[in-house]
Amino acid sequence: MAVLRPFGRRALWAAALLAAAPPGLGRAEEAPPLRIGYLALKVPRPLPASLVEPPPKDEGVQGARLGLQDNATTGRFTGQRFALEERRAEAAEEVMPALREMLGQGLRLVVADLPADLLLQAAAEPGAVLLNIGAPDDALRNESCRRNLFHVLPSRAMLTDALAQYLAVKRWRTLFLAAGPGPGDQLYAEAMRRAAKKFGLRIVLDKPWTHDPGAQRTDTGHMSIAAEAARFTQGAPAYDVLVVADEADDWGDSLAWRTTDPRPVAGTQGLTPTLWSPVHEQWGATQLQRRFRAQAGRAMTPLDHAAWLALRTIGEAAVRSHSTDPGAVADYLRSPQFEVAGFKGAKLSFRDWDNQLRQPILLAGPRSLVSVSPQPGFQHRTSELDTLGADRPETQCRAS
Amino acid sequence: MPRILTLLALLALPLAGARAETIMVSNEKDNSITVLDGATLKPVRTVKVGERPRGIVLSQDGRFLYVCAGDSDRVDVVDTTSWKVVRHLPSGSDPERAALHPDGRRLYVANEDDNLVTVVDVERGVVLQEIPVGVEPEGMGLSPDGRYVVNTSETTNMAHVIDTGSGKIIANILVGARPRYALWQPDGKRFWVSSEIGGTLSLISAEDWKVVAQVGFSIPGVPREAIQPVGMAFSRDAGKLFVALGPANRVAVVDVATREVQRMLLVGQRVWNLALSADGTRLYTTNGVSNDLSVLDIEAMRVTRSVPVGQSPWGVVVKP
Repeated sequence: MAVLRPFGRRALWAAALLAAAPPGLGRAEEAPPLRIGYLALKVPRPLPASLVEPPPKDEGVQGARLGLQDNATTGRFTGQRFALEERRAEAAEEVMPALREMLGQGLRLVVADLPADLLLQAAAEPGAVLLNIGAPDDALRNESCRRNLFHVLPSRAMLTDALAQYLAVKRWRTLFLAAGPGPGDQLYAEAMRRAAKKFGLRIVLDKPWTHDPGAQRTDTGHMSIAAEAARFTQGAPAYDVLVVADEADDWGDSLAWRTTDPRPVAGTQGLTPTLWSPVHEQWGATQLQRRFRAQAGRAMTPLDHAAWLALRTIGEAAVRSHSTDPGAVADYLRSPQFEVAGFKGAKLSFRDWDNQLRQPILLAGPRSLVSVSPQPGFQHRTSELDTLGADRPETQCRAS
Repeated sequence: MPRILTLLALLALPLAGARAETIMVSNEKDNSITVLDGATLKPVRTVKVGERPRGIVLSQDGRFLYVCAGDSDRVDVVDTTSWKVVRHLPSGSDPERAALHPDGRRLYVANEDDNLVTVVDVERGVVLQEIPVGVEPEGMGLSPDGRYVVNTSETTNMAHVIDTGSGKIIANILVGARPRYALWQPDGKRFWVSSEIGGTLSLISAEDWKVVAQVGFSIPGVPREAIQPVGMAFSRDAGKLFVALGPANRVAVVDVATREVQRMLLVGQRVWNLALSADGTRLYTTNGVSNDLSVLDIEAMRVTRSVPVGQSPWGVVVKP
């Protein structure tokens, strides 16, 4: 069997929390706890380009733990108990054995921080119901969709649509698109191209970024970056915004302030469409940010938020369906009654055509919230949130 | 001329109540209370209080204003004669909203980041009890007879009914998402809960603690997501319920008997909390984004004044 590295200390903590929960007042006092799995693939990564915000080692799982605690507090009043089983794989081949072990113990609902290919393998396991918090791939919401795969984090199309709506409102209509070499970068750029078409923007220059950013930290590294950025942006046709696609956070920040023409940067860096940002404090978000900081000792990242939201999604379905049976909870997620609050001023629910959670998208700068999409004026028959991402008429999903 | 005098007297009468009163507004981002004169509708003073003041409650005799200073983890007591903070009360962590028992001594405080309701003795300045509730407690509604206090928890989505005699929770009622405010009918038979994200009101019976009715809202041209019910207040005869709809920038008027939404009145931006004037002729609303207080003429059903106050006005109370 592959070596699994569970988050040992916290596994104990979860067990302790369960034991300490005072008796509830509700009907289901004797019911067994709803056990929720948390499965993450964390491949050790090279140092990021910037040391300002080093990626936390416990990113994601901290959000799940806070969500568990919120569920447990609510469960005291409904007589429901929740438990979190955490598994961390450090290599792709450890993932499926870990999942099978959890399923073997009777777990059904698994929050998954996995890349798309592994997520599809996992979804093929009989009995598994997966909540995707790590893979923004549009294919998973379209041709590769699965009935037992729910998407808590927004798709790339939702993110780029959110940005495109804002640019359209600002009338910043001509774009210079710079895409990195990574597969995610290519998909992000593709989503941006589609979003531009959808909202009447024009990409006047579409150019791959190939420069290695490694020199940044050496002495006088800023000079070589500046020279590279100038070369890259020289001679571009007139454009309003430089959109960067750099999901690994390697070089996107190298272009801002260094372009030949004075133009803002947006996309994966600069003005960023995201499901969560530490700068967000509206609609009660301050409370969640504080609770998270008190627990984790750091700011809540988008991945932490997706994990928290996945746990709350399950908790809300359990409370409203009066059940801790994993099958009943999964059924409730699909029902039209399901809704959950996510500190973004709108109720969130799953699209019945592709299992994607509909949600507002934040447009965040490094230090302030710039806007929230959908932008006012983008109308929709049923929910304005469905102006972001693949709408019912466009979906290629045939499984839901 | 006697006729003119009579006319003047008639004109003055309905305004007399509103004229004598004092309006107090907590400014969440200014760490202050704005005090306004009801006659001129002008700010007359600003009282510095602890950090992030939100919920404010007046003592029954009007002598003291209790201010939940969330980031200072305390309740400040403002003397409404000297306009000074005369005492700090312990409150538990991050107090957001409070309700004062009819006995004038027990203050029920929602501790937003601690999942507790803290009961404070305002005379002795001590914590009497801590009652565990759901995640992010906010709304606090005392029944008119003081027997029950209802707390709403925003992330748990429940109204918790606490028996003030035993200090125990006797009922938990699931309501729409993010319940913000609980308000008892003056007859003590039912109470209303507003759900910010659910976009609804729930009417709950004190007989069996069940939801007996739900009220929803729709406004042409306003996205459904922007309709977020928060603060509530009754008209003086309790026949109408006024509901602040947050970023929809409107106050809804609900007929209590039929539960029909009768009117939508445009006020300032992100309308949060409401208070009725002492004579029942005006409704004051705090508007958190436009940083002002709207004055609604209830007879005319329209806003007659908009008065600038501090940054992010939150709570509002009226001292006759």
